Amino acid sequence: MEWYLPVIWAALIGTAVALYVILDGFDLGVGVLFPFARNEAQRDQMMRSVAPFWDGNETWLVLGGGGLWVAFPAAYAIIMPAMYLPVIVMLLSLVFRGVAFEFRLVSDNKPWWNFAFCFGSVLAAFSQGIILGGLIQGITVADRQFAGGAFDWATPFALLCGVSLVAGYALLGSTWLIMKTEGEVAVRARRQAKMLLLIVLACMAAVSLYTPFAFERIAQRWFSLPNFYFLWPVPVITALLAFGLWRWLGQERDIAPFATTVGLFILGYLGLVISSYPYLVPPSLTIWDTAAVPASQIFMLVGTLVLLPIILAYIVFVYWLFRGKVREGEAYH
Amino acid sequence: MDIDPVLLARIQFAFTVTFHIIFPSFTIGLSAYIATLGFMWLRTDDERYHRLMRFWTTIFAVSFAMGVVSGIVLSYQFGTNWSRFSLVSGNVIGPLIGYEVLTAFFLEATFLGILLFGFNRVPPWLYVLSAAIVAIGTATSAFWILSANSWMQTPAGHEVRDGIAYPVDWLAVVFNPSFPYRFAHMLNAAYLTTGFVVIAVAARYLLAGKHIEDAKVMMRMGIGLMAVLAPLQLFIGDQHGLNTLKHQPMKVAAMEGHWDDGKPADFHIFAWPDEKAERNWFEVSIPRGSSLILTHSWDGPVPGLKAVPPDQRPPVLNVFFGFRIMLAIGFYMIAAALFGVFLWWRDRLFDTDWYLRILSMTWWSGFVAVIAGWVVTESGRQPWVIFGLLRTADAISPVPAASLLGTLALFVVCYGIVFSMGIYYINRLINKGPQDRVLDDSVGLPNRPLSAAEPAARDAIGRGG
Repeated sequence: MEWYLPVIWAALIGTAVALYVILDGFDLGVGVLFPFARNEAQRDQMMRSVAPFWDGNETWLVLGGGGLWVAFPAAYAIIMPAMYLPVIVMLLSLVFRGVAFEFRLVSDNKPWWNFAFCFGSVLAAFSQGIILGGLIQGITVADRQFAGGAFDWATPFALLCGVSLVAGYALLGSTWLIMKTEGEVAVRARRQAKMLLLIVLACMAAVSLYTPFAFERIAQRWFSLPNFYFLWPVPVITALLAFGLWRWLGQERDIAPFATTVGLFILGYLGLVISSYPYLVPPSLTIWDTAAVPASQIFMLVGTLVLLPIILAYIVFVYWLFRGKVREGEAYH
Repeated sequence: MDIDPVLLARIQFAFTVTFHIIFPSFTIGLSAYIATLGFMWLRTDDERYHRLMRFWTTIFAVSFAMGVVSGIVLSYQFGTNWSRFSLVSGNVIGPLIGYEVLTAFFLEATFLGILLFGFNRVPPWLYVLSAAIVAIGTATSAFWILSANSWMQTPAGHEVRDGIAYPVDWLAVVFNPSFPYRFAHMLNAAYLTTGFVVIAVAARYLLAGKHIEDAKVMMRMGIGLMAVLAPLQLFIGDQHGLNTLKHQPMKVAAMEGHWDDGKPADFHIFAWPDEKAERNWFEVSIPRGSSLILTHSWDGPVPGLKAVPPDQRPPVLNVFFGFRIMLAIGFYMIAAALFGVFLWWRDRLFDTDWYLRILSMTWWSGFVAVIAGWVVTESGRQPWVIFGLLRTADAISPVPAASLLGTLALFVVCYGIVFSMGIYYINRLINKGPQDRVLDDSVGLPNRPLSAAEPAARDAIGRGG
């Protein structure tokens, strides 16, 4: 029990974070691509394609953060102070881009909220990348408390992760637009997706090459035997997916690009998990070091196992309800 | 930098949490009102209910968005600002927050999508059901967060080992001693807050001679409900106060401005408590009033702040005045609602201008009362963050004061912009008022052709600014 529970919880939180990254990723990505729309009607269309979903998507972020507190309070209590500034900047960015959904529709000054939506989306994505990078490169811990400085996270690697995530979300957003819109917006998104794919692949390659060089434990994980025998499919499948995505973007496929991009994200995420497991606060604390007591993990697990399928069911229902493509000029309520 | 990080962390959290509570106080009640309007519409097929439902839903959307984004901030601030608190309490109240996310947040967020965008894609019953589910979600969210907050006030069902709290009995944790009272008090406060906004909007329309039929519906529903809930709040509040007296006597002593312990005491209508001199100035009192309220007897002894050393007392000024502000607004609400019933009975409810003017100007009453009430209960818990278990000063994160100060400034600026714009937009939506639905959601749906009349109709209702 003491051994299994933290693993189960790590898997659950890992899933919540993955769902967050994919789901909020596409609506943040639409925000990143907002300035490229030609007119307000196209911006209406782009926003409408994500408007019924963004609030639910962002709830996964609360589940990820809340889940971390529930299941691994010691990790939550170290990571949050360590990432203090990027976390606060991310939250404020989400405030601006979140209210922009509603404010933009009732405002006289649309350009202002267009800007808030775009800038907030970019900055939120960038901050999330920095938090991710900051976590991978490790946190200074002494006596089970954060013992580093306010800007420990600010390294070239973390900035690279920030840029990568902005590009990654933009790729998700563009393939979402291919799937969910029609007309000029979809055509432009297809063009943008190709360019973004190249950028994302460059970023993935940079992160994959840099991390084993810089961090001994990551090199050990991937290149020691027999690990390598099991892990070599990860980069190979990633490459195959990227190749498929490039081809499907060229053909008139609507759903395949988004699905493939989700696949790319899952593999990239899996790569990072493989690099870091079982450390939750690299390089010192594992999931077992930071876990809540079994009584708390079980109490929460029972509810989660019952409620999560129900939640997923009604989320799927809403996505199904708002199926189909959104037209240019389609607005709101 | 020499500023006390504890103070900065507290100011920052007080600021973000105060900003946040404004929106749930409104949206908990408003979602219930929207669902009620929906049910009335389904039952009577009266277009007025439908029109009002759509109208309040647009206002709900703006308020809810601000509530959501400011709420996400809080769920992370437990860790960023209060990491020691997170560690000490995580095993016990972490799961309560977890259940809030699973049972409430997903529910609200997902079904709000149907409520806002689904009108033409689902049958009316499902549309109204979505409104009801959103309302249930908001109330469920209140259930869990108030349970967590109440545990910080009256911890129960746990044991402490090496300074960390561990759960022993989950039922005792969730239904800790102050929770039923706090939950009832806050939920009712949320309904009162919304009720007085609805009444104020109706009064505004009646005075301006606009949307008369809709205004009458809102006025009758509002006054009728408030006349029950406002007096009920006095009763709940009294019970809550007695519960606090039992578990947190120093909070009550600060609320009442009592210094001497264990003596019968007066109720101070006004006073200026002086924490240094340990006495009040400028007292205006009802003799023995406090004894009567708290012990229900003429010479019952009540607690006084001098019972404990100064470093264990809550700050007196905010608690004392917060309580009086809440109380004054509570009595105003009772008077306003009951007088409304009287006018209704005399058939003068819709044309007593001075009364309508007062109502239309006091839309803020519930919000101020809620904030004042939270100041009382949260300041009154000091110097503890978890009462009797962890001091606020020991709960903060190892974050430098400069970071706290910088982000505090950011919060003030950003929230200032968002909040003032939000109020401005909501006010504008209210001025525009309930609209007949010229246009439906079929614009741009994949299966329906875009008719030429629609862009014109869109201009007609002023969409897009």
